[in-house]
Formats: sequence, structure tokens, C-alpha cells
Amino acid sequence: MASVGTVHSGNNVNLKSEQSVDTPQRFSLPPKPSVTADSSLRFKISGLKVSYGPKEVLHGIDINISSNVVTALIGPSGCGKSTFLRSLNRMTETVRTARVEGDILLDDENIADMDVVKLRRRVGMVFQRPNPFPKSIFDNVAYGLRINGHKGSLSESVEHSLRRAALWDEVKDQLHKSAYTLSGGQQQRLCIARALAVDPEVLLLDEPCSALDPVTTAKIEELLFQLKPSCTIVIVTHNMQQAARASDFTAFLLEGRLIEYQPTPKLFTTPADPRTEAYITGRFG
Amino acid sequence: MTTTDLAAPAGNGFTGVWRRLRNFDLGDSVAYSITLLAGTGIFILVGVLLVELWLNSRLARHEFGWKFLFTSIWDPIAQHFGALPFLYGTLVTSLLALIIAIPLGLGTAIFLVELVPAWLSDWLAFIIDLLAAVPSVVYGLLGIFVLVPIIRSGVEPFLQSTLGSLPLFQGPAYGFGFLAAGVVLGIMVVPFIVSVSREVLLAVPQEQREAALSLGATQWEAASQVVVPYARSGIFGSIFLALARALGETMAVTMVIGNDPSIHTSLFASGYSIAAVIANEFAEATSTLYIHVLIELGLILFGLTFILNALARLLILATVRRGTVRP
Repeated sequence: MASVGTVHSGNNVNLKSEQSVDTPQRFSLPPKPSVTADSSLRFKISGLKVSYGPKEVLHGIDINISSNVVTALIGPSGCGKSTFLRSLNRMTETVRTARVEGDILLDDENIADMDVVKLRRRVGMVFQRPNPFPKSIFDNVAYGLRINGHKGSLSESVEHSLRRAALWDEVKDQLHKSAYTLSGGQQQRLCIARALAVDPEVLLLDEPCSALDPVTTAKIEELLFQLKPSCTIVIVTHNMQQAARASDFTAFLLEGRLIEYQPTPKLFTTPADPRTEAYITGRFG
Repeated sequence: MTTTDLAAPAGNGFTGVWRRLRNFDLGDSVAYSITLLAGTGIFILVGVLLVELWLNSRLARHEFGWKFLFTSIWDPIAQHFGALPFLYGTLVTSLLALIIAIPLGLGTAIFLVELVPAWLSDWLAFIIDLLAAVPSVVYGLLGIFVLVPIIRSGVEPFLQSTLGSLPLFQGPAYGFGFLAAGVVLGIMVVPFIVSVSREVLLAVPQEQREAALSLGATQWEAASQVVVPYARSGIFGSIFLALARALGETMAVTMVIGNDPSIHTSLFASGYSIAAVIANEFAEATSTLYIHVLIELGLILFGLTFILNALARLLILATVRRGTVRP
């Protein structure tokens, strides 16, 4: 990805190799694949089980997530799609009773062995409800840059992130106003800008539009398209039209199991599993 | 049909009265009267308190006027009185208490909320709440028998040898004095800061923490840069609650401060506080003027608390307004 602010040069992604981790620069700087082949896999997940206390929420999920595409997760409430998403950047650990089994490989490296702080800098997240900090718009976007010891012009990076989130024109004259003066949709795009500021390789979105009106939702979907070349996107959504419109691949989860995982057009037109068909035609969920 | 429909709600005769009686909500009006009584009672109480303090200090006010506040002579025999040493002692010990209690209390609260499992946090908080319920005379005893010897033989010699060049840490090490009073007060008010701050930190939405963590913040960065700033107005509240408590604390202070009505820069020296002098000298106040002087000291303490609380409110308003208005 030839985006602003990337320091390293190499694109040494040993994708198809299992021998993997003998390249020394893995430990210094996480290599960012520049525009790689669409077939390349970003996440390889096998046997993922997550339980909260005695209750198992995910019962063994195997799925591979390709880089530089939008992958949508759909399914009825309580099917575990949010939990799945949160396990991708180990956000499950904020729940003390949570236990995760199975392997999640990010670029062939098991995320359980990675430093969680470094992992989350590579895998950004946007939440269901806009959650800006009680700071100014500028400081919200700059927060991640500051804690990561950003070098270079802070204001340039903030502007760049706000532009990527399609918010710059609306807020450029009020960067030092409180983030709470923005509307809900603007706040959500601010949160996206905040996540993009640290230049993540993967962006996880947990029902980012559920609190937003259709116009803003359309803006955010448009945004996902624009981010695709530079980012791998995984989005949880309740809204099947959204999954159909905005994603390249769709995974259908039901009661903690992966039922079907297909290219989006195929899943919505000719689903292989009768349960998927029942769900997308609105017979339950 | 229409006529009966219209007539029924208005009611006449026996059934109408009965209906009105039944609809008359006795419970509501009784509750209204009782709460009204309680509500006005509080204001009347504050009013009576102020009026009594004002009237019963009139001799002292007429005799000394405003210069009472700036005079440091305290000579009951010659009937010469000044409030300055007591004001000084109260402010210095309270300030010292806050310097000790704010980092300790805030650190404990952050620890309890951010780092400890919930069940353990609840238990520890319960124990800390118990600390707030210990009578102050017990703290005073601990101060005399434990803290003062430690301060005399350990803390004060140490401070003198390291920071002795500062005027704050000079003079003989008595043990009793501003330092001991400040430390005892600090220990006493920590539970207030912990208890209130913990509640406020617990009320910070989980989404705020997650937002910081998802950007690659460490747990400490999330707590110190996001959670604490979010909760700051409540934390200020806890600090001013502690300050109010420290200003008015009587028993523990009078047991360790040394009870000497004079002003010293050194924290090792003995001093006196407003609350302590009122408690100690009321029984010996033989003249009416003496009594009026003590009551005026009470009035000053009341005013001091009031002013500091008002300042606290302004401070909270000012910091909340600065671009951080929450919906």
C-alpha cells in the first residue's frame, strides 16, 4: 500500500509458506503487503471457540479472510458475529471471563503470541455506537498517532485521515470543537478516521451503521469501497441489503457456527444451505 | 344516554361525592406535604445556623472587625484575639492532606476499577468504605501512638537531611505539628476520594475504554488518558468532598497538631486549627467576648467551606465547558 506515512519499503509477504517466521524483520516492523494479489489470505482461522464463563458462544469456526476485500458477517442476534469480530483483535480480552481456543493467524503469525498492543495497531476497530472521546475533533483523530509516537506532521496526518473518512470538508473549520458537537453520522465517520489514522492493515466494523440514518449509511458504505485498496475490511451487519451492497464475501453465522461462506453475489442469489436461504429471505432472524 | 354520560363524571348526590372521595388521592397529598416539610426544613436549618452564628459572634465582630482575620495574637487573658493562626493551620493541614490523599486515593480507585477483577474490587471497596466509618478519635489515637513517633524519629530527620534547605522542613523534630496533622487527615480522607472516584470511573462507558484499546493503547494509557479525563468532573467532586471533610475535622487534628496558636513556615512546628481551638477552648471561655470570638471562628469555618465549595463548582464548570460537553 503506497499510502502516506508508511516507513518501511519491503513487501516481503511469504504468503503461501508454512515455514514462515524465519524472516527477522517480522519482529521489528510488521511488514505491510503492498497491493497484493486478491487471492492472498490475511486471516486464517481454524477451530475458533470462544466462551464467556461456562457459556460457549462460538463452537469452532474455520474461515479464511482475504486481504483487500470487504467481508461481511451476517446472522441473527446472538449468533456470535460480534464475538467473532472481537476475537480478531483480541478485544474479547476486555471481558474477564472470556476464553478463546483455536488459532487465528494474521499473515501466518498466531495473534495469541503477538503483543496485543502491536496487534491492535495493525487491526483497527469501529464500534456499533459512535464513541468519540470527550476531546476536540483534532485530538480524537490524533490520539492514536500520539500514543504510537507518531513522527512527522500531526496535522497533515489528521487531515489525511479525515479525508479518507470523507469527513474533512464538513469539519475542517471546526477541528478544535468538541467531537460531541457533531451529528451521530459524523461522529461515526470521526471514529473511522480515528481508527484509520494509525494506518491499520485490517479494519473491523461492528454494525457501524445500526444507529445511523440511510443517507449516512450510504456514505459509510461508499467509504468502505474507497478503503478497500489499502485495507482489509471485516464488517458485522444486521442489515442484509448492506452486506449485499458493500461486501465481496459474506459469511452467515448461526448459533455460534459458520453455516455458509461465499462470494456475496452467490450467497444472496444461490445459497447452498437451506438455513441461509431461510435467513436471507426473512423467514427468521 | 348522552345525558347520563355527561352527568356521571360531574357527579351529584351521594354517588358523586363518593366518586370524588375515591378519586381524591390521599397518599399523594400526604407524600407531597411530608417531602415539602423535609425540603423546607433543611433550608430553615441552614438559615437558623447562620443567624445564630452571626448573632452570637456580634461582640467579637464589633470589637475586632475585619482585622480579626489578619491578627495573629491569641491572648485570652488580655482579651486579645486574632484568627490568623487558626486559619493558617486549617488551610495548611487540609492542603497537606489533599497532597497525600489525591494521588493515593485516585491511584487506588484506578487500580480497583481498571486492574482488579470485579468481585475483588467490590470487596476491597467495601473495606475502604469501612475506613471512612472509623471514628476520628480512633485516627487521633493512632496518630499519637503510631504516627507521631514515626514522624519524630524517622520522617522528620529524613526530610531535614534531604530537603532541609527548604524553610518547610526546618527546626526541631517534635513529631506533633502540621505534618502529623496533615498526614492523619490525609489518611482519613482517602476513603472519600476512593469511594466516589471509583463509582465515577465505573460509570465511564466501556466503549470509551475499548476505543482507546483498539487504537493500540496500553491498559494504563486507556485508563489515564481516556477513562480518567472522561470522569474528571466526578473526580473533582470526590476531591472537594475530601477537602470539606479535612477542613472541618476536629478530634484527630487536635490530638496531633500540637495546639499552639502561632504561625510557622516549618511543617515540623506545632500549630492549631479552627475546629480544634473551638473544641478545646469552649469549656474555658469565661468571658462573653471569648465565647463570641469562638463562635465567630465557627462562622469563618462555615464561610471557608462555602467559598471552597463554590470555587469547586466553578472549577468543574470551567473544565467541563472546555470543548468536552457530553450529550
